[in-house]
Amino acid sequence: MSEETITLEVTRYRPGHDREPRAQTFSVPYRKDWVVLDALNHIKDRTDGTLSYRWSCRMGVCGSCGMMVNGVPKLTCAAFLRDYHPGPIRVEPLANFPVVRDLVISLDDFMEKLRRVKPWIIREVEKPVAEGEYLQTPAQLDLYKQFSMCINCMLCYAACPVYGLDPVFIGPAAIALGYRYNLDSRDEGYRIRQPILTEAVGVWDCTFVGECSVVCPKGVDPAAAIQRSKVAGAKEWFMSMLLPWGGR
Amino acid sequence: MSTRKTSEPFWWGLFSVGGVVAAFLVPVHLFLHGLAVPLGWIPVSPARIQALVGHPLIKLYLFVLIALPLYHWAHRFRFILEDVGLHALRAPIAVLSYGSAVVGTVLTLWVLLR
Repeated sequence: MSEETITLEVTRYRPGHDREPRAQTFSVPYRKDWVVLDALNHIKDRTDGTLSYRWSCRMGVCGSCGMMVNGVPKLTCAAFLRDYHPGPIRVEPLANFPVVRDLVISLDDFMEKLRRVKPWIIREVEKPVAEGEYLQTPAQLDLYKQFSMCINCMLCYAACPVYGLDPVFIGPAAIALGYRYNLDSRDEGYRIRQPILTEAVGVWDCTFVGECSVVCPKGVDPAAAIQRSKVAGAKEWFMSMLLPWGGR
Repeated sequence: MSTRKTSEPFWWGLFSVGGVVAAFLVPVHLFLHGLAVPLGWIPVSPARIQALVGHPLIKLYLFVLIALPLYHWAHRFRFILEDVGLHALRAPIAVLSYGSAVVGTVLTLWVLLR
């Protein structure tokens, strides 16, 4: 008996060579324990070594194998073939990003935004190493922990229609990570970070679609980070209007 | 990157309080005055309601009830239009949406204070 197969329609594109992206059909063995990434690896190993895509850990930690699977942003290492049986399965590069080649997208815009929100602990004065660690209670950890689970996979950007319409928007993951450090008891960078999060292209561009939180593979709720930052930003704005001398 | 001063927090603040009013006050008000009173579950004479409406605190309540949800609507409406692809028209859409809410606010004040 011949082995059961499943069809993948994979986007191929070489900017500069191809006029536009096109779908190429591949047939791969159907195995219940295979994920879409396994199927792509099978194609690259056995059928077409020129297929380009990013991956590393294949266990939902590195955040590099994000692609559109049947139009939905997914980590391909967590998208089982059995959930798409009998197929075909459409595999495309993450939406809303420029394509470098095939399924590889450009990270430049996201990297710039990530740096802009300063997602690291900012101290006014750094404590000398001899004085030991910055201690934190479990309750202080709980405040920001879910936002620290972000793996920068950018699925939320691919799901965000606001980012798709106008990429000046800082976007879900970067705002969630900025917010994560604002909530950290060890951090003293709120006054530096908050104005960046609450500028016009920051939280205010968000139109509460909420798809970012739906597609997040790590259970982060960027939509909540954005809405809570709006509350803080609105309070500060009204305070600065009422008490002009008390503004930042 | 520009850090231009933005009026968004103001409109979002009105959207936010308008949402609270729309979610909590409007259903209660609709239940009382759309069902309970007309169906006789609460025996109140129309004359009594007429007298209540004349009270300054009730006028304030009605102002909050009517005007604030208009800003909730305006903000949503503006973003819905932008999201369905009218992004290039964002300035006129904002003026139209918030302008309508402001007109509604003025009309509400006029009706309540005349």
